[in-house]
Order: sequence, then structure tokens, then C-alpha cells
Amino acid sequence: MPPLKELAKRPERLTSGHRLCAGCGAPIAIRLILAAADKPVVAANATGCLEVSTTIFPYTAWNIPWIHSAFENAAATITGVETMYRAKKKRGEIDEDIYFVAFGGDGGTYDIGLQSLSGAWERGHRFVYVCYNNEAYMNTGIQRSSATPLGAWTTTSPVGKVLPGKTQWRKNLTEIAVAHDIPYVAQSVPSNWRDLTLKAEKAFHTEGPAFLNVLASCNRGWRHLPADTLKVNQLAVDCCIWPLYEVENGEYRLTYKPREKKPVEEWLKVQGRFQHLFSPAYRYLIDEFQAYVDREWERLLEKCGETKK
Amino acid sequence: MSELKGWKELVPGGLIVEAGNAKEYKTGDWRTEKPELNPEKCIHCFFCWAYCPDNAVIVDAEAGKMLAFNYDYCKGCGICAAACPAKGAITMVPER
Repeated sequence: MPPLKELAKRPERLTSGHRLCAGCGAPIAIRLILAAADKPVVAANATGCLEVSTTIFPYTAWNIPWIHSAFENAAATITGVETMYRAKKKRGEIDEDIYFVAFGGDGGTYDIGLQSLSGAWERGHRFVYVCYNNEAYMNTGIQRSSATPLGAWTTTSPVGKVLPGKTQWRKNLTEIAVAHDIPYVAQSVPSNWRDLTLKAEKAFHTEGPAFLNVLASCNRGWRHLPADTLKVNQLAVDCCIWPLYEVENGEYRLTYKPREKKPVEEWLKVQGRFQHLFSPAYRYLIDEFQAYVDREWERLLEKCGETKK
Repeated sequence: MSELKGWKELVPGGLIVEAGNAKEYKTGDWRTEKPELNPEKCIHCFFCWAYCPDNAVIVDAEAGKMLAFNYDYCKGCGICAAACPAKGAITMVPER
């Protein structure tokens, strides 16, 4: 992967003037991922913050061909485009190499778009699917999704005498992708540009489906200061809540091991959506949260062949 | 675009045919705080360029130099100042 100064020479594929919130994690991830592409890119977008905020009529912040069709079918849309491209290439109408990428939020990926994504993986198209995961339906005003972690406040998992925020743990979509036996699957964060661009470059170079699950904080929904976006994302990694790893042709590899595994409290306490967990009534949820993260982390270390030290 | 077009003048399907024309839309007036650069302290690591959500960091990539902030688009989130490893190179100051 070229250094940052080389990436800065590449075309600006997502321009300024988009209307995502100040301090949004998504455009950081998208800019870095697109900078990692060494050939022309065509993108599709599921419905979500990124889609609506970058293409408010009559403007578009995309400097590349871009298509949106519906919430549930970003993967079907981009693989349709990719199939047309292959047909045209066969007929000699195009000879350029082009990358195809689909962007979806966690709502459009974990929940609504999962069936079309699963189908696209099974058919084996050459495309990269990027989930910019902000752990809830932020575009419509912070509703829970299946990516929302345990105990998080959202408008549909409220906090009060009856409910302590969300009562279920998030589902592990990265493992669902691995179960499809596609050639490249990885988890990353925008706060580590090198990790993210390396994985994006690998994904673009993959002959077949590649999946990137990128945690991208939403300061409005997570309730933290816009300037803390990178810090909050990095804490998720250092607390082992969002481990950075990749699975290449079934081989697990941990790409970043925190020097010291921080307690999950450090991540929870910097976000307003978890503040209620620190009251005596709900403290038990922090212990449950920690136990879950510990179990998942141990499992992952084992899969990556990292011996416990 | 200064005035709204009628439906007969629009591209069928509501397509936007001009790539990247969001640049005509200035988001700089969202700002309440702005980053200020101290060029003497800048180490030109390009972290601010990498992590800016709004492409609002002006760099000379050929020369490998960070030059300035683009206040037409900077929303004042402060991520650049938080990511900057050179102490005192970027300071957030209230917008006046």
C-alpha cells in the first residue's frame, strides 16, 4: 500500500460539499477506501445517511459513476452492473479494468439488504461490499438495528424503568460473510488509515466477492463530541469490541493486537448512549457486555492461531 | 444552480449528470469553531488530510506539503486537530 502522500495524488472520488454531519465517521472510511483503488471504480449505494447526504438533488458528491436503487438491493444492483460489464468486455466493447463497490450502512447490510448480499456472495461476482457500520438506523433518527450492541439507547430501544436500552447482542455479520466462503473478508476502522487502506486494496484486488465491515461512529447517535470520532472508534478496537482481522481464503489473521486489552467500560463511558449502564440498576449489563466481548475475543484469537500470552 | 428547473428541463429519471457538483454547495457556514494552522509546527504527515470527513484540507501532494484548510467546506468538527501528532500545529478557535 502506498503511503498517504501517494494516496493524496489519486483522484478525489468523494468531493467536499456533501451534507453528512460534522465529524461523521462514514466519509472518512469511504474516502480512504476509494483512495486505495488503483483503477477506476463504479459504486452502488444502499439507502442510508451516505446515500441521501451525498446526493441531495441537484447535487452529487460522487466523482465516479454511482447508482442507488433501493434499500435492500445494493448488492444486487452492483452485481447487475458488474455482469453487464463482463458481457461488454466479452464482446470487446470495453477493455478497461474497473472495480465495483457497494456501500451500505448497517441497516442496509445487517438487516434489510442481507438477502441480496448473500445471493451476490453465493453467485461469486467480483465486487467489494463495504458496510459502514454505525450500529443503528441513524439516517431516520437513531433506531436500533441488528448491529446495535447490548445496552445501547436508541429511540426504539429506550431506557426507562422497563428497558435498559437494547436487550439483545448484535449479530456477527463478519462471521456470516466468512460462512459464505468468499475469498476475502475483513473488519476495520477509519481511525487506522493504514489498516483500512491495506484491506481495501486487498479487497479491490480480490478475484471474487470481498467484504469489508468498517465500524464508523455516528456522533449524533452514539452521543459523543464530533472531534472524538477517531478516539471512540479506536477505543472499540483497543477494548476488543471491534477486533481488526481479516479472513483470506478461509485463513484468519489478526491485523492489530492491542498492546493492552482495555476494559469495555472505557468505550462505554465516552458515549452518551451507554450512560445509563453506569447507574447501579443496570451495572450488571456492563459485566454481561464484558463477558461477551471476552468470549468472542478468545474465540477469535484461537481462530487466528494467536496463543494467549 | 441558481434557480430550480422545470420538469421539462431536467434529465429523465432525475439523473445528476455532472459528477462531483456538490462542490458548488458550500458547507463552511455550518462551522462554529475553525481549525487554525501553525505552519511552523506542521510536520506534513497528512493525517489531517486522511481523516478529514469533508476533504477540506488543501495539500500539495506532489511536493508532499500540507498547505491550508478549505474554509468553504470545513464543518469545524475538529477531527484534524484531534488526529494531529504535532502539538500546536492545529488549534480549534471559535468562529467569529
